[in-house]
Amino acid sequence: MRITLEQDRCVGAGQCALTAPEVFDQSEDDGTVVLLRATPAAEQEADVEVAVALCPAQVISTHS
Amino acid sequence: MTSTTDTTAPTNSTGGTAPVDTGATTGQTDEQARDRASLLPRLPAELTDHGKCPFDPPAGLTELSAEAPIHRVVTRDGDPAWLVTGHAAARAVLADPRMSSDRMRRPGVLEKLSPAMRERVLDEKARAGGFIAMDAPEHTRYRKLLTGQFTVRRMRQLGPRINQIVTDHLDAVLAQGPPVDLVTAFALPVPSLVICELLGVPYADRAGFQSWTAKLLTLGTPLEKLFEIGDQLRDFMLALVADKRARPADDLLSGLIQSGTEPALTDHELVNIANLLLIAGHETTANMLALGTFGLLDNPEQLAALRADPSGVEAAVEELLRYLPIIHLGLMRHALADVEVGGQRIAEGDLVLVSIQAANRDGAHYADPDALDLTRARGPHLSFGHGIHQCLGQQLARVELAVGFTELLRRLPGLRLAVPQDEVPLREDMAIYGVHSLPVTWDV
Repeated sequence: MRITLEQDRCVGAGQCALTAPEVFDQSEDDGTVVLLRATPAAEQEADVEVAVALCPAQVISTHS
Repeated sequence: MTSTTDTTAPTNSTGGTAPVDTGATTGQTDEQARDRASLLPRLPAELTDHGKCPFDPPAGLTELSAEAPIHRVVTRDGDPAWLVTGHAAARAVLADPRMSSDRMRRPGVLEKLSPAMRERVLDEKARAGGFIAMDAPEHTRYRKLLTGQFTVRRMRQLGPRINQIVTDHLDAVLAQGPPVDLVTAFALPVPSLVICELLGVPYADRAGFQSWTAKLLTLGTPLEKLFEIGDQLRDFMLALVADKRARPADDLLSGLIQSGTEPALTDHELVNIANLLLIAGHETTANMLALGTFGLLDNPEQLAALRADPSGVEAAVEELLRYLPIIHLGLMRHALADVEVGGQRIAEGDLVLVSIQAANRDGAHYADPDALDLTRARGPHLSFGHGIHQCLGQQLARVELAVGFTELLRRLPGLRLAVPQDEVPLREDMAIYGVHSLPVTWDV
């Protein structure tokens, strides 16, 4: 799995950082998403999918 | 209607501290009634009255939801509106940039208002910084000034302080002995103190802002009164902004003043932002704590399981949020273009109301939606809204609720209602649902 973001549309709700903290973080400055791992480990993929579903601005995409 | 979002705020139509949904009011003129209907459209009673069950959506709403995800309805004042009840349709509406939160821009709203009311709602003092009622990109600037203050990390860093505040209040509850009203002794003061410390509002001033907030959220408060209270809140916060400008401290309000954003925030922007955070920060979490506790007490086996294994509290909080949304009247949007939702064509200018209660119980999305299941796998619920306005304070709320429920169950063994369930007064008369009081007892 590979993750891409549309960073400029992020609204900083923190759903991704809460759900998959090893993959997503939030900027100290404005709370927007920071990608820690563009290619998550296999065991992190399920949480990433939940984060994709939870994201209120729908800025996270996954690619196989 | 209320509109959660950004702050899960009980909001109001003009941003800032203007009115929430006012419902039926006696003694008003036809002109006042028309103003109210234009600003604060309300669903018919059969779609908002909970009846005998405090934990389920109104029966009429549940019946309607079973038929389709979106419905043509008529408001209490006879105006047409769309009501969205399906989970997928609700998410689609709330995420769609063609669905506006800028209520004053809904076609016909200003034209229908009396001249006096039009002047009030267009008053720049009341609108400035009220980003809950703005669309992107205007909304974006204000939101980004705040999101860095409410990250998952920052809110978790507040955990020890929140734990201390919860502990202090439970110490006082134990010292007082049963029976105790959990709303006044615990659910309201804990989040009030937390948001005061975060914002930099003196907690000693709580009597004022708590009573103003309560009146703002009372559905029967006349429109004129709502604006009067808005003025009082504005004066209160203006004085505080002046104080922070003179004596900056380590708090959010001082941080906003010193943020260096260009152009710098005006006093009225600061006042409306701060009041939005203050109101949203204490009333929403307070009601979720009390209503969530009421819901747990109605499910003693699940309560016992959570008490035995507090590591499940984060999942429990999400499920309580899903099952018992305090935003019970629906979120208001209007279409900026023709938009298709759930197989229906919403026309440009149409009013759209999104029912969080119904969407959170959608059987097409949740297995056994009407069962409280504290071990339910994490997934989307709409209690913090969805889209660009999704609750700004949600990570703070999660920490407060997790600590609050955990400590409540740990410190008060045998926690139970001190009155019959049907004597617990429900907040059906308020823009934020919950209970007016929750008398409890426990094993001493």
